Amino acid sequence: MTIDLKQFYQVFFEESYEGLDVMEQGLLEISKSGTDDPELINTIFRSAHSIKGGAGTLGFPEIVSFTHVLETLLDEVRDGARSLTNESIDLLLKSCDALRDMFQSLEQEQPIDDTVSKELLAAFEQMLSQPSATGETAAGEAAGSDAGLSSQDSALEQTFFPTGDAADGSAGSDAGGDKIWLIGFKPEPQILLTGNEPLRIFRELEELGSLDVEANVEVVPAFDQISVDECFVSWTLRLDGSVDRDDIESAFDWVMDECELNIERVDAHATSDDASANESAEIEVTAASDGTDEPTPAVAEPQAAPEPATVSVAEAPAAPAAKPSGTLAAKAPAAKSESGGMSSSAGGSIRVGIDKVDNLINLVGELVITQSMLSELGNNFDMDKLERLANGLEQLQQNTRELQESVMRIRMLPISFTFNRFPRMIRDLSMKTGKKVDLVLSGEQTELDKTVMEQIGDPLVHLVRNAIDHGLEMPEERAAAGKDETGKIQLNAEHRGGNIVIEITDDGRGIDPDKILAKAREKGLVAPEQELTVPEIYDLIFEPGFSTAASVSDISGRGVGMDVVRRNIKSLGGRIEIESELGKGSTIRVHLPLTLAILDGQLVRVGKEVFIIPLVAIVESLQIKAELVNRVSGNMVLYRLREDNVPIVPIYKEFNIEADNQELENALLVVVEGDGNKIGLLVDDLLAQQQVVIKSLESNYRRVEGISGATILGDGSVSLILDIQGLITRASRNRRKSHSSRAA
Amino acid sequence: MNALVEVPDVASKDHGDLSLEGIDFISDGDQYLTFCLEHEHYGVDILSVTEIRGWEAPTLIPNSPEHVCGVINLRGVIVPILDLRLKFQIGEPVYNPTTVVIVLTVKTERDHCTMGFVVDAVSDVLNAEAQDIKPAPSFGGMVDGRYIQGLVNVGSDVVTILNVEQLLSLTEEEDFDE
Amino acid sequence: MARILIVDDSASMRNMVAATLQSAGHQIKDAADGQQAFGVAKGESFDAVITDLNMPVMNGIELVRNLRTLPNYKYTPILLLTTESSMDKKSEGKSAGATGWLVKPFNPEKLLATVNKVLG
Repeated sequence: MTIDLKQFYQVFFEESYEGLDVMEQGLLEISKSGTDDPELINTIFRSAHSIKGGAGTLGFPEIVSFTHVLETLLDEVRDGARSLTNESIDLLLKSCDALRDMFQSLEQEQPIDDTVSKELLAAFEQMLSQPSATGETAAGEAAGSDAGLSSQDSALEQTFFPTGDAADGSAGSDAGGDKIWLIGFKPEPQILLTGNEPLRIFRELEELGSLDVEANVEVVPAFDQISVDECFVSWTLRLDGSVDRDDIESAFDWVMDECELNIERVDAHATSDDASANESAEIEVTAASDGTDEPTPAVAEPQAAPEPATVSVAEAPAAPAAKPSGTLAAKAPAAKSESGGMSSSAGGSIRVGIDKVDNLINLVGELVITQSMLSELGNNFDMDKLERLANGLEQLQQNTRELQESVMRIRMLPISFTFNRFPRMIRDLSMKTGKKVDLVLSGEQTELDKTVMEQIGDPLVHLVRNAIDHGLEMPEERAAAGKDETGKIQLNAEHRGGNIVIEITDDGRGIDPDKILAKAREKGLVAPEQELTVPEIYDLIFEPGFSTAASVSDISGRGVGMDVVRRNIKSLGGRIEIESELGKGSTIRVHLPLTLAILDGQLVRVGKEVFIIPLVAIVESLQIKAELVNRVSGNMVLYRLREDNVPIVPIYKEFNIEADNQELENALLVVVEGDGNKIGLLVDDLLAQQQVVIKSLESNYRRVEGISGATILGDGSVSLILDIQGLITRASRNRRKSHSSRAA
Repeated sequence: MNALVEVPDVASKDHGDLSLEGIDFISDGDQYLTFCLEHEHYGVDILSVTEIRGWEAPTLIPNSPEHVCGVINLRGVIVPILDLRLKFQIGEPVYNPTTVVIVLTVKTERDHCTMGFVVDAVSDVLNAEAQDIKPAPSFGGMVDGRYIQGLVNVGSDVVTILNVEQLLSLTEEEDFDE
Repeated sequence: MARILIVDDSASMRNMVAATLQSAGHQIKDAADGQQAFGVAKGESFDAVITDLNMPVMNGIELVRNLRTLPNYKYTPILLLTTESSMDKKSEGKSAGATGWLVKPFNPEKLLATVNKVLG
């Protein structure tokens, strides 16, 4: 059979990540409220259980054995045999992390590193082997769970990877060789009510060997008493083939509790305990092999009442078995090609709410109406209809804009996806630092582009860590200052204009500008005589090489500084600002564009080419005054912009193209900023400002230095979007190059 | 764009062991779209051809090699246009009304890649079985051997069958590094 | 070709079961919990129902019990998706009226064989 399980991996991974989030949130909830809400526990259990089930079916043994232990623990909790201690919650939370790592390895087709999971497993086993915390259930429970664990490995081997129907341990008994079995089967009357059809069982037995079925109908009640729901027939079956008792029993597996079943081996090699029956059995065999179809009356069901009806199903056996396998073969290629299609589309998917899709469909409907209206107008147009044409075009513009917004919204996810990781993080940090922290989230439903969301996660984590590490005081200190011992961290997200604003607020000690300035002077970041405004001082925190913590702590000093945070936010086209009041707390505000797929751009012309400069990077545009141009160290040209000296970078030179104007006098200069550095781009003309949709240049070509992408203008032509940061890097490198070549 | 134009038919001269039969989709073997660069004939697997367009001036890509003409908007997708005459150093490019762009697409592991190639003119569709394609001699020629899948004799002419995967990966080659 | 209803709160499990059965030509509908399934089942009829046990809103046992009250589902084979650990669930399921069970994790062959078995 050729169902490629790989086609299910992606959905399974995504579902498992979601499941882990659910577990984590549930655990945090329990840890916070301190009560084992049964519904919550069951939800957590169900997540672990689903992950185990999926992993088992898809063949991820590491995940199975790990989640199995989680499940064992949660099951005990669910049954009330154990309560969730802080310690076990910790362990479970760590397990969520470990599982996430394992899934990541699987997703990237990397081998799973089991060092963490082994440590956790050991801790779990220790915990499970201890009497449970609820006391009264102690001894018996503990023994039970202990046994469960020790036998766990071998049990897993067997149950999780059934190698086929023969995996049920029958290998031990004498294999091969024909055996003859007599089976007495007397179902209870209500057997039909569970959808179990005796014929189905017989068919299954038939696949094992040749089968003779004899129905005994002597107990069937009188006709007027017959109920269609009840079964009064019993059967005697004779099965001939290399079949083991287990195989037969498994055919009756589902009805075992609802019938009298008597399985007896009657051939020559019957097992020793049947030794006395040997001789008679041998005779039966001879009789049978003679070809006489006489039923063997070994089971004590005498031929009393009506004629025993011998039902021979022997002609039919192949039919039901062959049919499905035939269809399978035919369908297999289809399944395969389907999976091929799926694998190529791997690379992340988005779950979109039905409402968003419906909205989109409505808008497309409107667009179609507008289009048909316009095309009818065009069919027999005369100048009288000019106004209607203008209206139609306006409507089209409206439709297009709404459609664009709607499509963009598909990429939007609520920021709760990012916020949800904070409760866990704060719990960990609060334990580590001994600070008491209360987290308040608001605006979690604010939506943000998926790509922006993915990239803002780490900077936000850093900012929250910082707020706890540097912002909040220890409980004693807070009490001494007349504050509540528990500090408060607030995370808020909201839409403001075309941006999303994320605020991280703490009610801690606040930022002392004097301290920062002193520190910056000490580090040589600020000249001794230089005066700075308070916002400028706060800004110093984001300078490379600045850190206020006396020692780099384990929490916020993980190799990334605030400078990296700011760089990441800027690379997303956003900005960051700080507000603080000494003794009262601080607020860090991150402004981000809603999406990376659209950009506000300034169109500029250089010779025949039109380029787009992201509006967010533009400081100002000006006409060059000759007296402010300075040539320094050879070919470097600087423009004096108030206190700054901005290097002039002529685009025509950078890109080796023709420009109208190569003179600096009165030329147009667009001053842009990237990562704190400014350059002036020399252009021939400033054209319109407009929103452009960013298209990738790399999907069919390659990355081009100084270009971040392309877009299609209103006339259908392609225009390239300038990568300001790239241009700055390029310009400074070229400058260094010319320096060093001169030096040589 | 109405792009298919009349061009000298390489097949009409002679019918040897193989023939160029015009577009005939019911045939054995693979089909190749043939085109000419100056006086030479080339072919590409017809399955990789997505469309043939007339020449239109593309948007220049800064600091790109000479044979990369630029990018165009192909129904919302940014597609680079490369000039094969320049790439293979066959004659001087002239952009006139018969100049066409053959758009080729190949599937790569992660995605698919689409590029347009400027050629003098499209000629025909060639049917050739695997055994008809002879290996190219290892010496000579301006065309790098890795772009050549083999040669097919068509009457007195030789059609060079190009390896489309290699052709489309050429932007990643070292000739791009400054 | 049979019409089969699959009930599981895990989308990947539903996908897997559905794809396997579809590959054998069966027609599939699915539901994410018992309540949803019961709603679907009421409106139409199926040749078999395969349901998970532990689901939010309405669990598998309740679903079986509810289905058996519908005249259409009196004899319909209903299979429980269980794990090896829940033997007591199996008997609980049986007494609610389930036909049999499928032990998770299963491989596609086993699933098809079992389903074909009940479809007869």
